Amino acid sequence: MILQALAFYVFAFVVMASAAMVVVSRNPVYSVLFLILAFFNAAALFVLIGAEFIAMILIIVYVGAVAVLFLFVVMMLDINLTELREGFLKYLPVGALIGLVLLAEILLGLGVIGNTPTSLGALAKAGPQVLAIDNTRAIGRVLYTQYFYLFQVAGLVLLVAMIGAIVLTLRTRPGVRRQRISEQLYRPKGDAVTVVKVPTRGGV
Amino acid sequence: MTADLIHFFTTNWLGQAIVILAQCLAVTIPLLVAVAYMTYVDRKVWASIQLRRGPNVVGPFGLLQPMADGLKLLLKETIVPSSANGVLFIIAPMIAFMTALVAWAVVPFDDGWVIADINVGILYLFAISSLGVYGIIIAGWASNSKYAFLGALRSAAQMVSYEVSIGFVLITVLLCVGSLNLSKVVLAQSGWFFNWFWLPLLPMFVIFFVSALAETNRTPFDLPMSEAELVAGFHTEYSAMTFGLFFLGEYANMILLSALGAVLFLGGWMSPIPYAPFTWVPGIVWFAFKIAFLLFIFSWTKGTLPRYRYDQLMRLGWKVFLPVSLGWVVITAAVLQFGGWVPKL
Repeated sequence: MILQALAFYVFAFVVMASAAMVVVSRNPVYSVLFLILAFFNAAALFVLIGAEFIAMILIIVYVGAVAVLFLFVVMMLDINLTELREGFLKYLPVGALIGLVLLAEILLGLGVIGNTPTSLGALAKAGPQVLAIDNTRAIGRVLYTQYFYLFQVAGLVLLVAMIGAIVLTLRTRPGVRRQRISEQLYRPKGDAVTVVKVPTRGGV
Repeated sequence: MTADLIHFFTTNWLGQAIVILAQCLAVTIPLLVAVAYMTYVDRKVWASIQLRRGPNVVGPFGLLQPMADGLKLLLKETIVPSSANGVLFIIAPMIAFMTALVAWAVVPFDDGWVIADINVGILYLFAISSLGVYGIIIAGWASNSKYAFLGALRSAAQMVSYEVSIGFVLITVLLCVGSLNLSKVVLAQSGWFFNWFWLPLLPMFVIFFVSALAETNRTPFDLPMSEAELVAGFHTEYSAMTFGLFFLGEYANMILLSALGAVLFLGGWMSPIPYAPFTWVPGIVWFAFKIAFLLFIFSWTKGTLPRYRYDQLMRLGWKVFLPVSLGWVVITAAVLQFGGWVPKL
Protein backbone atom coordinates (compact mmCIF):
# COMPACT_ATOMS: atom_id res chain seq x y z
CA MET A 1 0.00 0.00 0.00
CA ILE A 2 2.86 2.37 0.85
CA LEU A 3 4.41 1.75 -2.55
CA GLN A 4 1.09 2.47 -4.25
CA ALA A 5 0.63 5.68 -2.31
CA LEU A 6 4.18 6.71 -3.15
CA ALA A 7 3.62 5.94 -6.83
CA PHE A 8 0.38 7.94 -6.75
CA TYR A 9 2.11 11.00 -5.32
CA VAL A 10 4.99 10.77 -7.77
CA PHE A 11 2.69 10.49 -10.80
CA ALA A 12 0.30 13.13 -9.50
CA PHE A 13 3.18 15.52 -8.84
CA VAL A 14 4.60 14.99 -12.33
CA VAL A 15 1.17 15.53 -13.89
CA MET A 16 0.73 18.82 -12.06
CA ALA A 17 4.29 19.99 -12.65
CA SER A 18 4.29 19.17 -16.35
CA ALA A 19 0.83 20.72 -16.79
CA ALA A 20 2.20 23.91 -15.26
CA MET A 21 5.22 23.72 -17.54
CA VAL A 22 2.91 23.44 -20.57
CA VAL A 23 1.64 26.90 -19.74
CA VAL A 24 4.83 28.62 -18.66
CA SER A 25 7.54 27.14 -20.88
CA ARG A 26 8.91 29.58 -23.43
CA ASN A 27 9.23 27.26 -26.40
CA PRO A 28 5.95 25.84 -27.80
CA VAL A 29 7.69 22.57 -28.70
CA TYR A 30 8.62 22.15 -25.04
CA SER A 31 4.99 22.86 -24.17
CA VAL A 32 3.81 19.99 -26.34
CA LEU A 33 6.47 17.68 -24.94
CA PHE A 34 5.39 18.54 -21.40
CA LEU A 35 1.79 17.93 -22.44
CA ILE A 36 2.83 14.46 -23.57
CA LEU A 37 4.52 13.88 -20.22
CA ALA A 38 1.30 14.96 -18.49
CA PHE A 39 -0.78 12.53 -20.60
CA PHE A 40 1.64 9.78 -19.80
CA ASN A 41 1.49 10.28 -16.07
CA ALA A 42 -2.29 10.59 -16.20
CA ALA A 43 -2.29 7.18 -17.88
CA ALA A 44 -0.11 5.88 -15.04
CA LEU A 45 -2.68 7.21 -12.54
CA PHE A 46 -5.41 5.33 -14.43
CA VAL A 47 -3.35 2.16 -14.16
CA LEU A 48 -3.03 2.72 -10.41
CA ILE A 49 -6.81 2.76 -9.95
CA GLY A 50 -7.10 -0.38 -12.09
CA ALA A 51 -8.50 1.24 -15.23
CA GLU A 52 -5.84 -0.22 -17.51
CA PHE A 53 -8.02 -0.07 -20.65
CA ILE A 54 -8.57 3.68 -20.37
CA ALA A 55 -4.88 4.14 -19.57
CA MET A 56 -3.82 2.38 -22.75
CA ILE A 57 -6.42 4.16 -24.88
CA LEU A 58 -5.25 7.48 -23.43
CA ILE A 59 -1.71 6.73 -24.55
CA ILE A 60 -2.72 5.37 -27.95
CA VAL A 61 -5.12 8.17 -28.85
CA TYR A 62 -3.63 11.22 -27.18
CA VAL A 63 0.07 10.46 -27.03
CA GLY A 64 0.28 8.30 -30.13
CA ALA A 65 -1.91 10.31 -32.47
CA VAL A 66 -3.16 13.69 -31.25
CA ALA A 67 0.07 14.89 -29.66
CA VAL A 68 2.09 13.76 -32.69
CA LEU A 69 -0.04 16.03 -34.87
CA PHE A 70 0.30 18.87 -32.33
CA LEU A 71 4.06 18.47 -32.38
CA PHE A 72 4.02 18.36 -36.16
CA VAL A 73 2.14 21.63 -36.41
CA VAL A 74 4.11 23.40 -33.69
CA MET A 75 7.43 22.36 -35.21
CA MET A 76 6.41 23.55 -38.67
CA LEU A 77 5.20 26.93 -37.48
CA ASP A 78 7.64 29.79 -37.32
CA ILE A 79 6.49 31.27 -34.04
CA ASN A 80 7.76 34.54 -32.71
CA LEU A 81 8.24 33.87 -29.02
CA THR A 82 8.24 37.45 -27.75
CA GLU A 83 5.02 38.20 -29.60
CA LEU A 84 3.51 35.13 -28.05
CA ARG A 85 4.39 36.24 -24.52
CA GLU A 86 2.80 39.67 -24.87
CA GLY A 87 -0.80 38.62 -24.43
CA PHE A 88 -0.05 36.48 -21.40
CA LEU A 89 -0.97 38.99 -18.69
CA LYS A 90 -3.89 40.34 -20.67
CA TYR A 91 -5.54 36.94 -20.92
CA LEU A 92 -4.55 35.78 -17.44
CA PRO A 93 -7.87 36.82 -15.76
CA VAL A 94 -9.91 35.00 -18.41
CA GLY A 95 -7.76 31.90 -18.04
CA ALA A 96 -8.04 32.00 -14.27
CA LEU A 97 -11.81 32.38 -14.52
CA ILE A 98 -12.11 29.35 -16.81
CA GLY A 99 -9.87 27.40 -14.45
CA LEU A 100 -12.08 28.32 -11.48
CA VAL A 101 -15.24 27.28 -13.33
CA LEU A 102 -13.69 23.92 -14.23
CA LEU A 103 -12.52 23.40 -10.65
CA ALA A 104 -16.00 24.17 -9.35
CA GLU A 105 -17.51 21.71 -11.81
CA ILE A 106 -15.13 18.98 -10.74
CA LEU A 107 -15.84 19.62 -7.07
CA LEU A 108 -19.60 19.62 -7.71
CA GLY A 109 -19.37 16.49 -9.81
CA LEU A 110 -17.36 14.62 -7.21
CA GLY A 111 -19.77 15.74 -4.52
CA VAL A 112 -17.24 17.65 -2.43
CA ILE A 113 -19.61 20.65 -2.55
CA GLY A 114 -23.36 20.07 -2.39
CA ASN A 115 -23.31 16.29 -2.13
CA THR A 116 -26.25 14.75 -3.98
CA PRO A 117 -26.95 11.06 -4.50
CA THR A 118 -26.27 11.41 -8.25
CA SER A 119 -22.82 12.97 -7.91
CA LEU A 120 -19.88 10.95 -9.19
CA GLY A 121 -18.33 10.59 -5.75
CA ALA A 122 -21.51 9.16 -4.32
CA LEU A 123 -21.98 6.83 -7.28
CA ALA A 124 -18.44 5.54 -7.03
CA LYS A 125 -18.89 4.79 -3.34
CA ALA A 126 -22.21 3.05 -3.86
CA GLY A 127 -21.11 0.94 -6.82
CA PRO A 128 -20.00 -2.64 -6.10
CA GLN A 129 -16.37 -3.52 -6.74
CA VAL A 130 -16.56 -5.62 -9.88
CA LEU A 131 -13.37 -7.61 -10.18
CA ALA A 132 -14.87 -10.66 -11.83
CA ILE A 133 -14.52 -9.22 -15.34
CA ASP A 134 -11.71 -7.11 -16.70
CA ASN A 135 -12.56 -3.53 -17.47
CA THR A 136 -12.21 -3.85 -21.26
CA ARG A 137 -15.13 -6.26 -21.16
CA ALA A 138 -17.03 -4.15 -18.66
CA ILE A 139 -16.79 -1.06 -20.90
CA GLY A 140 -17.70 -3.07 -23.99
CA ARG A 141 -20.84 -4.42 -22.32
CA VAL A 142 -22.30 -1.00 -21.58
CA LEU A 143 -20.85 0.91 -24.53
CA TYR A 144 -22.45 -1.25 -27.19
CA THR A 145 -25.74 -1.86 -25.41
CA GLN A 146 -26.85 0.83 -23.01
CA TYR A 147 -25.01 3.72 -24.67
CA PHE A 148 -25.27 2.44 -28.23
CA TYR A 149 -27.00 5.53 -29.69
CA LEU A 150 -24.68 7.95 -27.91
CA PHE A 151 -21.75 5.97 -29.22
CA GLN A 152 -23.09 6.18 -32.77
CA VAL A 153 -23.69 9.92 -32.40
CA ALA A 154 -20.11 10.39 -31.22
CA GLY A 155 -18.97 8.52 -34.30
CA LEU A 156 -21.11 10.75 -36.51
CA VAL A 157 -19.67 13.89 -34.94
CA LEU A 158 -16.18 12.64 -35.70
CA LEU A 159 -17.21 11.77 -39.25
CA VAL A 160 -18.57 15.28 -39.79
CA ALA A 161 -15.34 16.76 -38.44
CA MET A 162 -13.31 14.55 -40.74
CA ILE A 163 -15.34 15.40 -43.83
CA GLY A 164 -15.17 19.09 -42.89
CA ALA A 165 -11.38 18.94 -42.67
CA ILE A 166 -11.17 17.20 -46.04
CA VAL A 167 -13.52 19.70 -47.69
CA LEU A 168 -11.53 22.61 -46.31
CA THR A 169 -8.18 21.34 -47.49
CA LEU A 170 -9.04 19.51 -50.71
CA ARG A 171 -7.90 21.44 -53.76
CA THR A 172 -7.97 20.09 -57.27
CA ARG A 173 -5.41 21.80 -59.40
CA PRO A 174 -5.92 21.56 -63.15
CA GLY A 175 -3.12 20.36 -65.35
CA VAL A 176 -1.50 18.05 -62.82
CA ARG A 177 -0.51 14.68 -64.17
CA ARG A 178 -1.52 12.01 -61.71
CA GLN A 179 -0.43 8.44 -61.46
CA ARG A 180 -3.36 6.11 -62.16
CA ILE A 181 -2.28 2.84 -60.67
CA SER A 182 -5.25 0.84 -61.97
CA GLU A 183 -4.57 1.94 -65.56
CA GLN A 184 -0.96 0.95 -65.17
CA LEU A 185 -1.93 -2.42 -63.83
CA TYR A 186 -4.49 -3.13 -66.56
CA ARG A 187 -2.10 -2.28 -69.38
CA PRO A 188 -1.68 -5.42 -71.51
CA LYS A 189 1.72 -7.01 -71.50
CA GLY A 190 2.10 -6.57 -75.26
CA ASP A 191 2.09 -2.76 -74.96
CA ALA A 192 4.71 -2.62 -72.28
CA VAL A 193 7.28 -5.32 -72.90
CA THR A 194 8.88 -6.60 -76.07
CA VAL A 195 10.98 -9.70 -75.85
CA VAL A 196 14.07 -9.44 -77.98
CA LYS A 197 16.28 -12.33 -78.88
CA VAL A 198 19.74 -10.81 -78.73
CA PRO A 199 22.43 -12.60 -80.69
CA THR A 200 25.74 -12.88 -78.88
CA ARG A 201 27.99 -9.88 -79.58
CA GLY A 202 25.29 -8.60 -81.94
CA GLY A 203 23.61 -6.06 -79.68
CA VAL A 204 19.98 -5.03 -80.00
CA MET B 1 16.62 -22.78 3.82
CA THR B 2 14.91 -23.08 0.46
CA ALA B 3 11.58 -22.35 2.10
CA ASP B 4 13.12 -19.19 3.55
CA LEU B 5 14.44 -18.19 0.13
CA ILE B 6 11.07 -18.79 -1.52
CA HIS B 7 9.42 -16.78 1.23
CA PHE B 8 11.94 -13.95 0.73
CA PHE B 9 11.48 -13.80 -3.06
CA THR B 10 7.70 -14.05 -3.06
CA THR B 11 6.60 -11.89 -0.13
CA ASN B 12 9.39 -9.47 0.81
CA TRP B 13 9.29 -6.32 -1.32
CA LEU B 14 13.08 -6.37 -1.69
CA GLY B 15 12.96 -9.98 -2.85
CA GLN B 16 10.21 -9.16 -5.32
CA ALA B 17 12.22 -6.22 -6.64
CA ILE B 18 15.23 -8.52 -7.14
CA VAL B 19 13.06 -11.05 -8.99
CA ILE B 20 11.64 -8.36 -11.30
CA LEU B 21 15.12 -6.97 -11.98
CA ALA B 22 16.41 -10.46 -12.78
CA GLN B 23 13.50 -11.06 -15.14
CA CYS B 24 14.17 -7.79 -16.96
CA LEU B 25 17.85 -8.68 -17.36
CA ALA B 26 16.94 -12.19 -18.52
CA VAL B 27 14.94 -10.62 -21.35
CA THR B 28 17.13 -7.62 -22.13
CA ILE B 29 20.53 -9.26 -22.37
CA PRO B 30 19.54 -12.02 -24.83
CA LEU B 31 17.63 -9.36 -26.74
CA LEU B 32 20.72 -7.18 -27.10
CA VAL B 33 22.78 -10.18 -28.19
CA ALA B 34 20.05 -11.00 -30.71
CA VAL B 35 20.13 -7.41 -31.96
CA ALA B 36 23.90 -7.59 -32.38
CA TYR B 37 23.71 -10.82 -34.34
CA MET B 38 20.70 -9.63 -36.30
CA THR B 39 22.96 -7.00 -37.86
CA TYR B 40 25.39 -9.78 -38.76
CA VAL B 41 22.67 -12.02 -40.22
CA ASP B 42 21.24 -9.06 -42.15
CA ARG B 43 24.58 -8.34 -43.76
CA LYS B 44 25.21 -12.01 -44.53
CA VAL B 45 21.77 -12.38 -46.15
CA TRP B 46 22.20 -9.28 -48.30
CA ALA B 47 25.68 -10.43 -49.19
CA SER B 48 24.47 -13.81 -50.41
CA ILE B 49 21.62 -12.15 -52.33
CA GLN B 50 24.19 -9.94 -54.06
CA LEU B 51 26.69 -12.82 -54.53
CA ARG B 52 29.17 -11.40 -52.04
CA ARG B 53 30.67 -12.92 -48.92
CA GLY B 54 29.63 -10.35 -46.33
CA PRO B 55 31.55 -9.80 -43.09
CA ASN B 56 34.17 -12.57 -42.83
CA VAL B 57 37.30 -10.99 -41.41
CA VAL B 58 36.73 -10.43 -37.67
CA GLY B 59 36.66 -13.81 -35.95
CA PRO B 60 35.62 -17.12 -37.53
CA PHE B 61 33.12 -16.47 -40.36
CA GLY B 62 33.15 -12.84 -39.25
CA LEU B 63 31.17 -13.82 -36.14
CA LEU B 64 32.86 -11.18 -33.98
CA GLN B 65 31.96 -8.39 -36.40
CA PRO B 66 28.96 -7.12 -34.33
CA MET B 67 31.21 -6.91 -31.26
CA ALA B 68 33.80 -4.94 -33.20
CA ASP B 69 31.11 -2.59 -34.54
CA GLY B 70 29.63 -2.08 -31.09
CA LEU B 71 33.05 -1.39 -29.58
CA LYS B 72 33.79 1.11 -32.32
CA LEU B 73 30.54 2.97 -31.71
CA LEU B 74 31.20 3.04 -27.96
CA LEU B 75 34.71 4.42 -28.30
CA LYS B 76 33.97 7.17 -30.80
CA GLU B 77 33.29 10.72 -29.71
CA THR B 78 29.69 11.87 -29.34
CA ILE B 79 29.38 15.06 -31.30
CA VAL B 80 26.54 17.45 -30.43
CA PRO B 81 26.14 20.10 -33.14
CA SER B 82 26.49 23.61 -31.75
CA SER B 83 23.11 24.70 -33.13
CA ALA B 84 21.34 21.60 -31.84
CA ASN B 85 19.05 21.60 -28.84
CA GLY B 86 21.36 19.83 -26.40
CA VAL B 87 18.93 18.17 -23.97
CA LEU B 88 16.44 16.91 -26.53
CA PHE B 89 19.28 15.87 -28.84
CA ILE B 90 20.51 13.45 -26.18
CA ILE B 91 17.05 12.36 -24.98
CA ALA B 92 15.80 11.38 -28.45
CA PRO B 93 17.97 8.27 -28.96
CA MET B 94 17.21 7.21 -25.40
CA ILE B 95 13.47 7.33 -26.12
CA ALA B 96 13.95 5.41 -29.35
CA PHE B 97 15.92 2.68 -27.58
CA MET B 98 13.78 2.55 -24.45
CA THR B 99 10.47 2.16 -26.25
CA ALA B 100 11.92 -0.76 -28.19
CA LEU B 101 12.90 -2.46 -24.93
CA VAL B 102 9.93 -1.87 -22.59
CA ALA B 103 7.48 -3.48 -25.02
CA TRP B 104 9.09 -6.86 -24.35
CA ALA B 105 7.54 -6.91 -20.88
CA VAL B 106 4.31 -8.42 -22.21
CA VAL B 107 5.66 -10.80 -24.87
CA PRO B 108 5.05 -14.44 -23.83
CA PHE B 109 8.13 -16.55 -24.62
CA ASP B 110 6.58 -19.80 -23.47
CA ASP B 111 3.57 -20.93 -21.48
CA GLY B 112 3.71 -18.61 -18.47
CA TRP B 113 7.10 -17.14 -19.42
CA VAL B 114 6.15 -13.50 -19.44
CA ILE B 115 7.24 -10.66 -17.17
CA ALA B 116 3.86 -8.90 -17.01
CA ASP B 117 0.88 -11.08 -17.92
CA ILE B 118 -1.47 -8.10 -18.18
CA ASN B 119 -5.01 -8.19 -19.52
CA VAL B 120 -4.43 -5.44 -22.07
CA GLY B 121 -1.20 -6.85 -23.54
CA ILE B 122 -2.09 -6.08 -27.16
CA LEU B 123 -3.08 -2.52 -26.33
CA TYR B 124 0.10 -2.07 -24.31
CA LEU B 125 2.20 -3.15 -27.28
CA PHE B 126 0.23 -0.86 -29.57
CA ALA B 127 0.64 2.06 -27.16
CA ILE B 128 4.37 1.52 -26.82
CA SER B 129 4.89 1.14 -30.55
CA SER B 130 3.03 4.41 -31.10
CA LEU B 131 5.57 6.07 -28.80
CA GLY B 132 8.50 5.04 -30.95
CA VAL B 133 7.76 7.92 -33.30
CA TYR B 134 8.70 10.46 -30.63
CA GLY B 135 12.34 9.45 -30.58
CA ILE B 136 12.48 10.15 -34.29
CA ILE B 137 10.52 13.42 -34.31
CA ILE B 138 12.47 14.84 -31.38
CA ALA B 139 15.75 13.76 -32.99
CA GLY B 140 14.82 15.50 -36.23
CA TRP B 141 13.74 18.70 -34.54
CA ALA B 142 16.56 18.89 -32.01
CA SER B 143 19.24 18.35 -34.67
CA ASN B 144 18.31 21.69 -36.21
CA SER B 145 19.23 20.43 -39.65
CA LYS B 146 17.00 20.31 -42.71
CA TYR B 147 17.82 16.75 -43.69
CA ALA B 148 17.19 15.46 -40.22
CA PHE B 149 13.95 17.41 -39.98
CA LEU B 150 12.66 16.22 -43.35
CA GLY B 151 13.52 12.66 -42.43
CA ALA B 152 11.72 12.99 -39.12
CA LEU B 153 8.60 14.44 -40.75
CA ARG B 154 8.49 11.64 -43.29
CA SER B 155 9.02 9.04 -40.66
CA ALA B 156 6.35 10.43 -38.37
CA ALA B 157 3.75 10.62 -41.14
CA GLN B 158 4.63 7.13 -42.26
CA MET B 159 4.49 5.55 -38.83
CA VAL B 160 1.19 7.21 -37.96
CA SER B 161 -0.34 6.08 -41.26
CA TYR B 162 0.66 2.47 -40.96
CA GLU B 163 -0.23 2.26 -37.30
CA VAL B 164 -3.87 2.63 -38.32
CA SER B 165 -3.84 -0.56 -40.36
CA ILE B 166 -1.84 -2.39 -37.68
CA GLY B 167 -4.57 -1.36 -35.26
CA PHE B 168 -7.25 -2.97 -37.42
CA VAL B 169 -5.14 -6.11 -37.80
CA LEU B 170 -4.90 -6.33 -34.02
CA ILE B 171 -8.68 -5.86 -33.76
CA THR B 172 -9.36 -8.79 -36.11
CA VAL B 173 -7.05 -11.03 -34.10
CA LEU B 174 -8.61 -10.06 -30.81
CA LEU B 175 -12.08 -10.64 -32.27
CA CYS B 176 -11.02 -14.21 -32.97
CA VAL B 177 -9.48 -14.63 -29.52
CA GLY B 178 -11.89 -12.77 -27.30
CA SER B 179 -9.10 -11.43 -25.11
CA LEU B 180 -6.39 -8.78 -25.16
CA ASN B 181 -3.99 -10.99 -23.23
CA LEU B 182 -1.11 -12.18 -25.45
CA SER B 183 -0.82 -15.56 -23.71
CA LYS B 184 -4.50 -16.17 -24.45
CA VAL B 185 -3.91 -15.16 -28.07
CA VAL B 186 -1.34 -17.94 -28.34
CA LEU B 187 -3.51 -20.47 -26.49
CA ALA B 188 -6.40 -19.75 -28.86
CA GLN B 189 -4.21 -20.99 -31.73
CA SER B 190 -3.38 -24.38 -30.23
CA GLY B 191 -3.22 -27.38 -32.53
CA TRP B 192 -1.82 -27.94 -35.98
CA PHE B 193 0.04 -25.20 -37.82
CA PHE B 194 -2.96 -24.61 -40.06
CA ASN B 195 -4.97 -23.73 -36.96
CA TRP B 196 -2.73 -20.73 -36.39
CA PHE B 197 -4.22 -17.43 -37.43
CA TRP B 198 -1.97 -16.95 -40.47
CA LEU B 199 -4.23 -19.15 -42.58
CA PRO B 200 -7.74 -17.96 -41.62
CA LEU B 201 -6.54 -14.35 -41.50
CA LEU B 202 -4.03 -14.56 -44.36
CA PRO B 203 -4.73 -11.08 -45.83
CA MET B 204 -4.34 -9.60 -42.37
CA PHE B 205 -1.02 -11.38 -41.92
CA VAL B 206 0.24 -9.86 -45.17
CA ILE B 207 -0.98 -6.39 -44.18
CA PHE B 208 0.57 -6.81 -40.75
CA PHE B 209 3.92 -7.76 -42.19
CA VAL B 210 4.02 -4.94 -44.74
CA SER B 211 2.91 -2.44 -42.08
CA ALA B 212 5.62 -3.80 -39.81
CA LEU B 213 8.15 -3.03 -42.55
CA ALA B 214 6.78 0.51 -42.71
CA GLU B 215 6.72 0.89 -38.91
CA THR B 216 10.36 -0.05 -38.59
CA ASN B 217 11.37 2.14 -41.56
CA ARG B 218 12.83 -0.75 -43.51
CA THR B 219 13.06 -1.08 -47.27
CA PRO B 220 10.92 -0.69 -49.36
CA PHE B 221 9.68 1.96 -46.91
CA ASP B 222 12.98 3.39 -45.68
CA LEU B 223 12.24 6.90 -46.95
CA PRO B 224 13.00 8.53 -43.57
CA MET B 225 16.65 7.67 -44.09
CA SER B 226 16.86 7.38 -47.85
CA GLU B 227 20.52 8.14 -48.33
CA ALA B 228 20.14 9.35 -51.88
CA GLU B 229 18.03 12.36 -50.90
CA LEU B 230 18.32 12.94 -47.16
CA VAL B 231 21.90 11.90 -46.28
CA ALA B 232 20.78 9.67 -43.41
CA GLY B 233 17.38 11.10 -42.51
CA PHE B 234 16.65 11.80 -38.89
CA HIS B 235 19.98 10.51 -37.59
CA THR B 236 22.14 12.56 -39.93
CA GLU B 237 23.64 14.57 -37.07
CA TYR B 238 24.13 11.65 -34.70
CA SER B 239 27.45 10.03 -34.05
CA ALA B 240 28.94 7.33 -31.87
CA MET B 241 26.63 5.78 -29.25
CA THR B 242 23.78 8.24 -29.81
CA PHE B 243 23.60 6.83 -33.33
CA GLY B 244 24.20 3.38 -31.87
CA LEU B 245 21.10 3.68 -29.69
CA PHE B 246 18.96 4.52 -32.73
CA PHE B 247 20.42 1.57 -34.54
CA LEU B 248 19.87 -0.81 -31.63
CA GLY B 249 16.35 0.54 -31.20
CA GLU B 250 15.54 -0.01 -34.86
CA TYR B 251 16.72 -3.60 -34.77
CA ALA B 252 15.08 -4.27 -31.40
CA ASN B 253 11.85 -2.93 -32.91
CA MET B 254 12.21 -5.26 -35.87
CA ILE B 255 12.65 -8.22 -33.56
CA LEU B 256 9.72 -7.01 -31.48
CA LEU B 257 7.39 -6.78 -34.45
CA SER B 258 8.55 -10.22 -35.62
CA ALA B 259 7.78 -11.55 -32.15
CA LEU B 260 4.38 -9.89 -32.29
CA GLY B 261 3.77 -11.44 -35.70
CA ALA B 262 4.78 -14.83 -34.30
CA VAL B 263 2.42 -14.42 -31.35
CA LEU B 264 -0.54 -13.15 -33.33
CA PHE B 265 -0.31 -15.28 -36.46
CA LEU B 266 2.22 -18.09 -36.06
CA GLY B 267 1.05 -19.60 -32.80
CA GLY B 268 3.71 -18.16 -30.47
CA TRP B 269 5.42 -20.97 -28.58
CA MET B 270 3.22 -23.74 -30.07
CA SER B 271 4.89 -26.52 -32.05
CA PRO B 272 3.60 -26.79 -35.63
CA ILE B 273 2.62 -30.44 -35.24
CA PRO B 274 1.02 -31.21 -31.89
CA TYR B 275 2.52 -34.73 -31.52
CA ALA B 276 5.35 -36.37 -29.66
CA PRO B 277 8.79 -35.54 -31.09
CA PHE B 278 7.79 -31.99 -31.89
CA THR B 279 6.17 -31.22 -28.56
CA TRP B 280 9.38 -32.27 -26.74
CA VAL B 281 11.11 -29.23 -28.12
CA PRO B 282 10.77 -26.38 -25.59
CA GLY B 283 8.28 -23.70 -26.63
CA ILE B 284 10.84 -20.92 -26.53
CA VAL B 285 12.80 -22.70 -29.27
CA TRP B 286 9.77 -22.76 -31.56
CA PHE B 287 9.13 -19.12 -30.72
CA ALA B 288 12.73 -18.22 -31.59
CA PHE B 289 12.45 -20.15 -34.87
CA LYS B 290 9.32 -18.25 -35.83
CA ILE B 291 10.90 -14.90 -34.99
CA ALA B 292 13.98 -15.86 -37.00
CA PHE B 293 11.80 -16.83 -39.95
CA LEU B 294 10.06 -13.44 -39.98
CA LEU B 295 13.37 -11.63 -39.52
CA PHE B 296 14.76 -13.49 -42.51
CA ILE B 297 11.86 -12.14 -44.58
CA PHE B 298 12.75 -8.66 -43.32
CA SER B 299 16.31 -9.06 -44.63
CA TRP B 300 15.11 -10.72 -47.79
CA THR B 301 12.80 -7.82 -48.69
CA LYS B 302 15.60 -5.37 -47.99
CA GLY B 303 17.88 -7.28 -50.34
CA THR B 304 15.22 -7.55 -53.04
CA LEU B 305 12.93 -4.56 -53.31
CA PRO B 306 13.65 -1.00 -54.44
CA ARG B 307 12.41 1.96 -52.41
CA TYR B 308 8.85 3.24 -52.74
CA ARG B 309 8.11 6.78 -53.80
CA TYR B 310 6.62 8.80 -50.97
CA ASP B 311 3.19 9.36 -52.54
CA GLN B 312 3.00 5.67 -53.38
CA LEU B 313 3.78 4.84 -49.78
CA MET B 314 0.97 7.06 -48.53
CA ARG B 315 -1.41 5.69 -51.13
CA LEU B 316 -0.67 2.14 -50.06
CA GLY B 317 -1.24 2.99 -46.42
CA TRP B 318 -4.41 5.05 -46.67
CA LYS B 319 -6.09 3.92 -49.87
CA VAL B 320 -5.28 0.23 -49.91
CA PHE B 321 -4.47 -1.10 -46.45
CA LEU B 322 -6.94 1.00 -44.48
CA PRO B 323 -10.08 0.03 -46.49
CA VAL B 324 -9.00 -3.59 -46.83
CA SER B 325 -8.24 -4.02 -43.13
CA LEU B 326 -11.40 -2.16 -42.12
CA GLY B 327 -13.47 -4.37 -44.42
CA TRP B 328 -11.79 -7.47 -43.06
CA VAL B 329 -12.66 -6.43 -39.50
CA VAL B 330 -16.34 -6.21 -40.51
CA ILE B 331 -16.20 -9.53 -42.39
CA THR B 332 -14.48 -11.30 -39.51
CA ALA B 333 -16.97 -9.95 -37.01
CA ALA B 334 -19.89 -10.99 -39.23
CA VAL B 335 -18.50 -14.47 -39.83
CA LEU B 336 -17.83 -14.99 -36.13
CA GLN B 337 -21.29 -13.73 -35.20
CA PHE B 338 -23.37 -15.57 -37.79
CA GLY B 339 -21.17 -18.66 -38.05
CA GLY B 340 -21.52 -19.16 -34.30
CA TRP B 341 -17.74 -19.03 -33.76
CA VAL B 342 -17.73 -16.18 -31.27
CA PRO B 343 -15.05 -17.18 -28.74
CA LYS B 344 -16.48 -18.47 -25.47
CA LEU B 345 -15.39 -16.17 -22.69
